[in-house]
Amino acid sequence: MTSETLVDRSHEAELEERFNELLERYRGEPGALIPLLQGAQAIFGYLPPEVMRRVADAAGEPLSQALGVATFYAQFRLRPHAKHTIRCCHGTACHVSGAARISEELEKYLGIKPGENTPDMLLTIEEVHCVGACGMAPVVMIDDRAYGKLTPEKAVAVVEAFISQVEQSEAEKGGVGEASKEAEE
Amino acid sequence: MAEVRSLIRPAPQRPRLSSPEVEVRICLGTGGVAAGSREVLKAFEEGLAKAGVFALIRPREDECSGRCASVTGTGCKGLCAMDPLVEVRIGRNGKLQKCTYGLVTPAMAEEIIQRHILGGEPITEWLVLSDEHTTGYEPFYAGQEKLVLRHVGIIDPEDIDDYLEADGYQALYKVLSSMSPAEVIDEIKRSGLRGRGGAGFPTGQKWEFAASYRSPDGVKYFICNGDEGDPGAFMDCSVLEGDPHAVFEGMAIGAYAIGATTGYLYVRAEYPLALRRIRIAMQQAEERGLIGDNIMGSDFSFHIKLKEGAGAFVCGEETALMQSIEGQRGMPRLRPPFPAESGLWKRPTNINNVETLAVVPWIILNGAEAFAARGYEKSKGTKVFALAGKVKRTGLAEVPMGMTLREVIYDVGGGIKNDKKFKAVQLGGPSGGCLPESLLDLPVDYETINQTGAIVGSGGMIVIDEDNCIVDTARYFLSFTQSESCGKCPPCRIGTKRMLDLLNKICEGKGTLSDLDFLEEMAQQVKAGSLCGLGATAPNPVLTALKYFREEFVEHVVDKKCRAGVCTALVTYTIDPEKCTGCRACVRVCPVGAISGERKEAHVINREVCIKCGACYEKCRFDAVRRS
Repeated sequence: MTSETLVDRSHEAELEERFNELLERYRGEPGALIPLLQGAQAIFGYLPPEVMRRVADAAGEPLSQALGVATFYAQFRLRPHAKHTIRCCHGTACHVSGAARISEELEKYLGIKPGENTPDMLLTIEEVHCVGACGMAPVVMIDDRAYGKLTPEKAVAVVEAFISQVEQSEAEKGGVGEASKEAEE
Repeated sequence: MAEVRSLIRPAPQRPRLSSPEVEVRICLGTGGVAAGSREVLKAFEEGLAKAGVFALIRPREDECSGRCASVTGTGCKGLCAMDPLVEVRIGRNGKLQKCTYGLVTPAMAEEIIQRHILGGEPITEWLVLSDEHTTGYEPFYAGQEKLVLRHVGIIDPEDIDDYLEADGYQALYKVLSSMSPAEVIDEIKRSGLRGRGGAGFPTGQKWEFAASYRSPDGVKYFICNGDEGDPGAFMDCSVLEGDPHAVFEGMAIGAYAIGATTGYLYVRAEYPLALRRIRIAMQQAEERGLIGDNIMGSDFSFHIKLKEGAGAFVCGEETALMQSIEGQRGMPRLRPPFPAESGLWKRPTNINNVETLAVVPWIILNGAEAFAARGYEKSKGTKVFALAGKVKRTGLAEVPMGMTLREVIYDVGGGIKNDKKFKAVQLGGPSGGCLPESLLDLPVDYETINQTGAIVGSGGMIVIDEDNCIVDTARYFLSFTQSESCGKCPPCRIGTKRMLDLLNKICEGKGTLSDLDFLEEMAQQVKAGSLCGLGATAPNPVLTALKYFREEFVEHVVDKKCRAGVCTALVTYTIDPEKCTGCRACVRVCPVGAISGERKEAHVINREVCIKCGACYEKCRFDAVRRS
């Protein structure tokens, strides 16, 4: 057994523990399905079939109901998801200020379409309706941080800077977790 | 109201101290952060520490002796176009000098510290608001009256004591100590307050309904709808980010009035900053006994649960929202029974919007008459509008209802950006419509705006100019409602899809005149055949566009032209050989290699290859690329 798989195992065990805690916290509570799905996605990054089954079980609902809910809301993802999310705002103010060109440029730069992940699983790109910073339109969010008054070129520069910041902190600290925390702050 | 303070539990380990001599308050709303206000905040903290004259403190947390300064974050300060906005307050108690700077960078922060805070001279050319100097931004503030936004951008939303100092929870105290539920309802009814979420239903009447129904087991619910889904509206976001306690207080007052003990605050997941601040504020309010059992020693108990939305526009509709809280797909149901009779888990339930609830404490403290004295005919009080799009001073503006659209756009908003020509103002988001120049003198009032085919709605006001295409704008809203239709009613599910197909066809230059008639006919059917507000109002943007801008539709279908140059299929790009300097910038930027030409000679676009992306048009510094 290599050291790498050891690390993986302990990481998996930790996720499993957190997931169990989540299931117990909501077991039997009415209306818990959505918070359970949200919590599970926060732990695993997406909702794999096995997780869906156990969530449905804890919520006391059939799997079909859990799947129905998971596919109804935009937030839930049934496929693996990259570490960081770029959200291109397509709210009205952003739309009339050129959001389409920004999305286009970022998709070209990253070589992916909305909903896809970069091959290194670092970034995914989404189109969203309004992040509530209309005064700064057009806006792009990377994780929880918004960047405003963009042009297609500025948007690419912002993403470039983000990637190099992540790479740098990965090199320094041996993990990307810190960079994303910084970006959230 | 010294009494109130004695009833509020003291803060654990937070000594009350005199305010610092210098206070720097920086907008940390979503917009401010997007403009870089966190970096500016850091620059002020570091700069002040480096200056060495002041001890940098957190008010109410740190002991302060000698000269001290504090740097705090607030919610949205309103004038988002000038973010990051920084307010500098110098002096104590009686003599206080307040200045607000706009477009502040970390380098400017350093200079503000040196010249203003240490040197005593405000840097007048960077000011947007000042007691002593003219800044040119006065018209933005002059027409406004801040009732809903009374604390937003001023207090630190993460510090409950800031709210308490600014009259916080005094309205709740007044209600609990001296008013009966019926008196509270009567006060709200007399104020004329109407639901700010869009429908404009009288709030007091809604509370009266909810109060009149008995629950079989005594359980009633009070819900705050913070699922602000209209793209282009961000007032609820700003209130939740900047003054979360006002919303809790409004909820508690409403709950007392209808007899509810459990509240739900439903906030969309796309507002991470608002969610974070609500969690902090809720913990502080519970810690101080302002939410929970026996509030302020009374026998009234009220608990609030935070529900994070999962991303569905339709959940802004009250019955869909309740389905969502119950853990179901958010699909609206038939009314009656109305939520007041049978709502969440079949109990009597009341739902109000964030902005509505945030103003309730103000009404209780200042009286129904003071609120009703502002406004217009049947639309009382003030309304917050989110000014965005092609207007100069984008941001949040709270104005008395009845102000004309022209006053809001040209006086408060400063007119159109880059001296372009005004085309339309979009009111009410996907449920509203586009109004032309000729209607700008109408007052902003629920009834008047309804007559135009648009709605006041939640207060989104997006200005569009000659560079925007009206057909594309209508298509934008329809693509939004089409993708957000929950699918329950076929006229909405299929009708919006077919309407969108028609609009796509028109934008691609394949439309016919009969398509326009068909579009109108279908719009009427979708309106008539949908159960909830989403479907019933989804055709409004298309209908108003056809009503006021029909000639632009006709141009698209007959002349195959898009005058704004937005509809790609109807646009051609050419290079003006007179203006082209042959710099090759466009050659390099063209993604498909459609542009050819030698250096220092005029270039040519090969129309067969061109994908009309517009990259050359944006890149050219000599205006040589023409779009027609």
